Amino acid sequence: MKDFIIPSDKTFGDKDMGTPAKSGKPVHLTIDGARVTVPAGTSVMRAAAEAGLDIPKLCASDNLEAFGSCRLCVVEIEGRRGTPASCTTPVHEGMVVRTQSEKLQRMRKGVMELYISDHPLDCLTCAANGDCELQDMAGVVGLREVRYDAAPEKANHFATRDTSGQPNPEWLPKDDSNPYFSYDPSKCIVCNRCVRACEEVQGTFALTIEGRGFDSRVSVGAENFLESDCVSCGACVQACPTATLQEKSVIEMGVPQRSVVTTCAYCGVGCSFKAELNGDQLVRMVPWKHGKANRGHSCVKGRFAYGYADHPDRILKPMIRERIGEPWQEVSWEEALGFAAKKMRGIQEAYGQKSIGVITSSRCTNEETYLVQKLARAVFGNNNTDTCARVCHSPTGYGLGQTFGTSAGTQDFDSVEKTDVIVVIGANPTDAHPVFGSRMKKRLREGAKLIVIDPRKIDLVKSAHIAADHHLQLRPGTNVAVVSALAHVIVTEGLADESYIRARCDWDEYLAYAEFISDERHSPEMTFALTGVDPEVLRAAARTFATGGNGAIYYGLGVTEHSQGSTTVMGIANLAMLTGNVGREGVGVNPLRGQNNVQGSCDMGSFPHELPGYRHVKGEEVRSIFEAAWGVQIDPEPGLRIPNMLDAAVDGTFKGLYCQGEDILQSDPDTKHVSAGLAAMECVIVHDLFLNETANYAHVFLPGSTFLEKDGTFTNAERRINRVREVMAPKAGYADWEVTQLLANAMGANWHYTHPAQIMQEIALTTPSFAGVTYDLLEEKGSVQWPCNEANPEGTPLMHVDGFVRGKGRFIVTEYVATEEKTGPRFPLLLTTGRILSQYNVGAQTRRTENSTWHQEDLLEIHPHDAEVRGVKEGDWVRLASRSGETSLRAKLSERVSPGVVYTTFHHPDTQANVITTDFSDWATNCPEYKVTAVQVGLSNGPSDWQERYAAQAEQSRRILPAAE
Amino acid sequence: MSPEKLTMMANQIAAFFKTQPGTDGAERLAAHLNDFWDPRMRAQFFAHLEAGGQGLDPLVVDAAQFVRRPAEA
Ligand code: SF4
Ligand code: SF4
Ligand code: SF4
Ligand code: FES
Repeated sequence: MKDFIIPSDKTFGDKDMGTPAKSGKPVHLTIDGARVTVPAGTSVMRAAAEAGLDIPKLCASDNLEAFGSCRLCVVEIEGRRGTPASCTTPVHEGMVVRTQSEKLQRMRKGVMELYISDHPLDCLTCAANGDCELQDMAGVVGLREVRYDAAPEKANHFATRDTSGQPNPEWLPKDDSNPYFSYDPSKCIVCNRCVRACEEVQGTFALTIEGRGFDSRVSVGAENFLESDCVSCGACVQACPTATLQEKSVIEMGVPQRSVVTTCAYCGVGCSFKAELNGDQLVRMVPWKHGKANRGHSCVKGRFAYGYADHPDRILKPMIRERIGEPWQEVSWEEALGFAAKKMRGIQEAYGQKSIGVITSSRCTNEETYLVQKLARAVFGNNNTDTCARVCHSPTGYGLGQTFGTSAGTQDFDSVEKTDVIVVIGANPTDAHPVFGSRMKKRLREGAKLIVIDPRKIDLVKSAHIAADHHLQLRPGTNVAVVSALAHVIVTEGLADESYIRARCDWDEYLAYAEFISDERHSPEMTFALTGVDPEVLRAAARTFATGGNGAIYYGLGVTEHSQGSTTVMGIANLAMLTGNVGREGVGVNPLRGQNNVQGSCDMGSFPHELPGYRHVKGEEVRSIFEAAWGVQIDPEPGLRIPNMLDAAVDGTFKGLYCQGEDILQSDPDTKHVSAGLAAMECVIVHDLFLNETANYAHVFLPGSTFLEKDGTFTNAERRINRVREVMAPKAGYADWEVTQLLANAMGANWHYTHPAQIMQEIALTTPSFAGVTYDLLEEKGSVQWPCNEANPEGTPLMHVDGFVRGKGRFIVTEYVATEEKTGPRFPLLLTTGRILSQYNVGAQTRRTENSTWHQEDLLEIHPHDAEVRGVKEGDWVRLASRSGETSLRAKLSERVSPGVVYTTFHHPDTQANVITTDFSDWATNCPEYKVTAVQVGLSNGPSDWQERYAAQAEQSRRILPAAE
Repeated sequence: MSPEKLTMMANQIAAFFKTQPGTDGAERLAAHLNDFWDPRMRAQFFAHLEAGGQGLDPLVVDAAQFVRRPAEA
């Protein structure tokens, strides 16, 4: 494919070098008379490619280890007999290589002839036409005739019937079971690339080659792809040199002709993709090999689940209504914005300056988020800005800020390649951060040890070719007790790294901490009654972590979404400091952020107490920077957090909300409390792609733009600032940042941004950690990790290298305080919540794609024992009740959860799992306690009354009147 | 916000600071409220306190002297 690539392919070439890069000592050799120097361990094939001499190949690819099966890449080496395969031959000092000769050409032709004789010659109508390596190689080797006729009477794999009309037993039908790609065995050349991609890149091991010689075939070990272990990551499709594994979109629309590099808008891994198009029609998304977060890999969401962007449910016209009971009225942008501005200003006049606020989005770009918080601070004149990161990672900000001096995750993703002991706490990377999960699994297969701390047997605990060395299957809500017990073992068994602590941390605070943690009440034997974790297992895990080499902790929402979330984060930081595991490669404390731009939305000052760059609004100096830039006075008092906004709404002091790209009604806990708050407001402005659940309570709907329709940046979980590029014009006319600007101006502001690059300029000007960030730099480097400033002009992959950001690392005492949420006779089980691979967050996007093939409804996972005593069988409708409310869903019996614990996801609005969750929250940040709710489960006949009432109300409030002519 | 919920939130914060070494728990608790509670929440806090402060942890009551009184409610 002839690409037109942005950014230019001079810096970021797309050429496949044949085998992976190596990093040994320099080795000098001569290839076709050219002198070449490459690192030891490099293959002859790669060395040649670096010199611009491309050796023909079929089974090699630079993201896979060489395999040496096709023999197309043969070369001659002086002083060596025969013709070795260049992909499997490493370079030697002084080697003299010839890549072309009459003999080599004859051999290569012979190889191609054999391939082509068992290949259907329908190139002109083949989906890979123009993007097929078999075709390319036939051209390169000068194949002109095929002596072994590709004849239907000979044994072959491609003819459906032989010449006598009998079915050909070697022919297999196409497998179209996967919604996104097809497998056509008749075109397979058995190069093994797909099998290796599934093993080495994805780590799922869904594919094998069955049989030998002529009989060998790719096998999925199941009826078809959909029924197999395949997780639809697309790695095999990308690896396949032929049309055997092919995206259905390419089959339908043809080979794309141009591409734009952009960033996935789903999870916090922040994978880079090439959006490949014909005209402005998106044909496919292909992971970009220069993406530093994903290194050319992807998951089913980013790779395939973009169909929501032109789903018929998308709302493309602004709408308003006086009261939420009324149907929507489509209006012009001008009218909608005027209506919204008038209402918001009216509310402020009647109820005071602080009676309105905003919620920024972790899905929108940094530039958009920055503008939304600026809207609150500079135009509304208050600090009522919050973000849905409140409900996921706010404890990370508080906990790491207190201990290390910054909320930033300490590592880049590459760091895992140097880790010896991986600790995963309350995170499920293979489902929620799949591409990073694959990189983790790769490291585990190389021999790293794994400790999993989770109430559930997540996939990492046991799956193909990996297993956790220690699984601490704790009772939900006891994280602090487990983390403290680990620290207890490390300190009392003398495993703490005292020289590190003396050098890097506050020694007196350490001594106080050591005394505290050495107390018997923190020992694994004493905490067993609370946590349910076998003391021996816990001791073994602590020893492995403290003595096993580089230890890295990765944690997720299973840590933060608790009433003691902040305390657990501090406990994790303590563990890392105790063992000397902060400040170099392979170690660190790594929060795995849920949504794509959680990191960015926090960086951009979305929180009500912090201006961009995590600086408290009470600071006069910080305020003056923004006062000068914006020409307004900034309120020194903290504003309301989301749960406080809802409380204030019920109290009648908070009346207007601009909510960009978030669905608080579905995603926030205690749905009834949220809906009561929203219903009490006089003006709710929802800015989104779809009429989401929150929009049921909205008065103004402003159509949003997808990540394909705008320029900007996302910041991933490793602080990496990645470019989002406009791939097609905004379908509703405006990118989201433009809409915020229009609303601000309708309320009297005077903003004149004409491109997000100017917003980034303002961010760099006001926020020290972004001081060096410009769009030009991003163009040049592809991405940078903040802090990026004069001291670190190319960004900062690792934090705290020469000492902690706050100076001395600080140990904080972490006492276990039981959550108020307790089981009892009425609610004897503990519910914990999570997510699965194919769906994303509240599912608004993924539910509108074929990803629903894998997950049609939320299910309640319950241990067979708990199910049996309640008479519940697989697939039964069950009633799930807590003191907040009740809902119904289907049961799935599973030993992944312990007895006493049940588990569900919250991807579907019909389930409304958050009707069940309570309004308990983290003590420091009000991050809701999603992960622990006392519940009861019983048989039911179907959806609850509440669910039916809710569905009716939703339907009622989604009515749209056509625009008046 | 109901006084019960406010009390619960304040007590939760107190529960953390009570476990910390040192004698400045009340100051640190108050600093936390000053940093994270918007003025109307602090006004509600004072209103509840002045109405007897039912249910408030003694450390919270002690901290009140360091909590900034909001200018307006
Ligand atoms: S799509 Fe991914 S998981 Fe499925 S077979 Fe291909 S490489 Fe394996
Ligand atoms: S399906 Fe494609 S990648 Fe896999 S063996 Fe066949 S030709 Fe090679
Ligand atoms: S959802 Fe996450 S892991 Fe998957 S492609 Fe997008 S950024 Fe990568
Ligand atoms: S590319 Fe070297 S053997 Fe196939």
